[in-house]
Amino acid sequence: MNATLPTSISLARLAPGQCAEVKAVDGSSPIGRRLLELGFRPGTRLRVIRRAPLGDPTTYELRGSRFCLRRAEAERVSVAPIAAGDPLALS
Amino acid sequence: MSAPSAAIRLGLIGAPNSGKTTLFNALTGLRAKVANYPGVTVERREARVNFGERAAVVIDLPGTYSLEPLSPDEAVVLRVLDGEIAAAPDALVAVADACSLERSLPFVGQVLLRGRPTCLVLTMMDELTARGGTLDLPRLERALGIPVLGVVGHRGRGLDALVRLLGRPEEWSRPVLPPPGDPIERSRWADSIFASVAGTRPGIHKMTEAVDRVVLHPVAGSLLFVAVMVTFFQLIFAWATPAMDAIDAVIRATATWLHTTLPPGLVVDFLADGLVAGVGAVIAFVPQIALLFGLLYLLEDVGYLARAAFVVDRLMGRVGLEGRAFVALLSSYACAVPGIMATRTIPSPRDRLVTILVAPLMTCSARLPVYALLIGAFVPAVPVWGPFRLQGLVLLALYMTGGVSALIVAALLKRTLLPSAALPFYLELPSYRMPTAKLWISQVWKSAWSFLKRAGTIILTVSVVLWVLLHFPRTEPPPDASPAEAARLTLEHSFAGAAGHAIEPVIAPLGFDWKIGVGLLASLAAREVIVATLAQIYASSDADVSLRAAIRADVNPDTGRPVFDPPTVAALLVFFVFALQCLSTLAVMARETGGWRWPAFAFGYLLALAYAASWLTHHAVAAWTGIA
Repeated sequence: MNATLPTSISLARLAPGQCAEVKAVDGSSPIGRRLLELGFRPGTRLRVIRRAPLGDPTTYELRGSRFCLRRAEAERVSVAPIAAGDPLALS
Repeated sequence: MSAPSAAIRLGLIGAPNSGKTTLFNALTGLRAKVANYPGVTVERREARVNFGERAAVVIDLPGTYSLEPLSPDEAVVLRVLDGEIAAAPDALVAVADACSLERSLPFVGQVLLRGRPTCLVLTMMDELTARGGTLDLPRLERALGIPVLGVVGHRGRGLDALVRLLGRPEEWSRPVLPPPGDPIERSRWADSIFASVAGTRPGIHKMTEAVDRVVLHPVAGSLLFVAVMVTFFQLIFAWATPAMDAIDAVIRATATWLHTTLPPGLVVDFLADGLVAGVGAVIAFVPQIALLFGLLYLLEDVGYLARAAFVVDRLMGRVGLEGRAFVALLSSYACAVPGIMATRTIPSPRDRLVTILVAPLMTCSARLPVYALLIGAFVPAVPVWGPFRLQGLVLLALYMTGGVSALIVAALLKRTLLPSAALPFYLELPSYRMPTAKLWISQVWKSAWSFLKRAGTIILTVSVVLWVLLHFPRTEPPPDASPAEAARLTLEHSFAGAAGHAIEPVIAPLGFDWKIGVGLLASLAAREVIVATLAQIYASSDADVSLRAAIRADVNPDTGRPVFDPPTVAALLVFFVFALQCLSTLAVMARETGGWRWPAFAFGYLLALAYAASWLTHHAVAAWTGIA
């Protein structure tokens, strides 16, 4: 493969405070479809808020709600990081 | 009066935390349980009301994020909509939190696809305004093709207009075209509608964000979690004591008054020692029960319980369960019955079964009377550290033993009998909210009242039956016997005494005598019954001494040593940590698991566990204290 930077990574790899745009969700499993229904849809912008004290799960803010996902679920969502701290990042 | 068929059936449908249950309460005046934790609405509730001239039945459907069910709880919604488990609603009221309309619109689309008359109610309009968000409701109405109304449910704002709307569903506008059936197409449809009606998006709930920074901080958050749990039990024990002592005094005064005013005989014995002593001993624990429910509801309504699930999810994940199982298990601290019902929110059937099987290990409120009696009588109230006293710490240790055992058993069950893949997990953290005092008081009142009703029915019945079993057949005492001796003789040769004696060889290794045996047999119906039973046994010996003093003073006539020595008290406490002595729990288990197989399994394994742990405790304490 070539040396270009990956444009999309797993949601689980984002650090708290980072913002990202959802690129794809594994919609083949029931939980993937549920993630779509919860608003993790391609084009959605989200922000990583924080991890639980024991390191898992993680809280994400998107579309006016805060959802916690475990690492295993977050790995079903691929995202492209966008500039963190941008006040318009979520709109 | 209108015939039942004339009433229109309106189903409230929406996500957990959408404000649906608050709206239901506001519309119906019924005080159904309202909580901040996703998925607490596990029961279908309906209420008959009149909207203007129109008779209606309002149905509070379980909260759901989708009409593609992942859990039995979500399947319930579909089954109601299909008319499978009850008459289907004639019209649907979709409820959504105004701040998360964007997320809810695809779900509204799913609801519209059902083809029934539908309106949309947006709740928490005040929070939307406070967070600087705006929505063009008339435009949303036109885009969806259905009536849309904004309300503030807990303040009653917008309800008049809603009542007028709900009175005439035939006049509701219907969508010209149904939303797309394909999920991806439908989410595009939702996004385009949202883009056209949203003015400003609501900002972050600043207070929630600021509080969460502390409450969910890795160090501060963990410490807070432990502190909340420790304080929780310290308060239940320390705050309730004065009220309990007062009630106890009134009950003893009543019994004494009955004995002094009525002629001696069986009738007064029955009234004073059967009815008053039996039911009174349980009523004395109402302050503690009310405090327990009060604190639990407060944590739930404020929004902390969902945070607690977030904090401990990793821990629950280690034993193969998830944060939501924690909430079901924590509910079991109040009572295993609602706890087992709360497991309906767990999507995987196997994980749900594991949670149901370990729920009885959580220290329910019915154990509290037993613990309170034994700790109050035998554990000194010496200060240990700061405001914490030994009694509170022993109570905490008993609660924690129950909780830790539940986790260990769950892990064992997941590795042996009931293995399953890791559960998909998602949890919504609601904004912090100040619960209204009125609602909170009514919740606590309802819980305390249902406990009292139980004391007035099951326990009253058991008390009367027990009194008969404890006093018949009548034994003629030798003429030179003292009244106390005569009473003891009657008791020892009664039906109950015979049963207690019959199981004595089995329970003797635990240090239990036949009197404790009678109490254990009676407590198979409900744990707290042992307190009423002991109250009767000891009231028969001497009416004027409190139960605490009586069991402290009781001496084994054969050995001359106290019946309740430290190894026996410890063994009895541990027995109650594990044993499943509760008919209601067994009945709910049978209902939720579809048969008596799993309740029988739970009863058996918990009894074996109780016996083994009790035996070990007796021997360990005996060796440690030097009491054989």
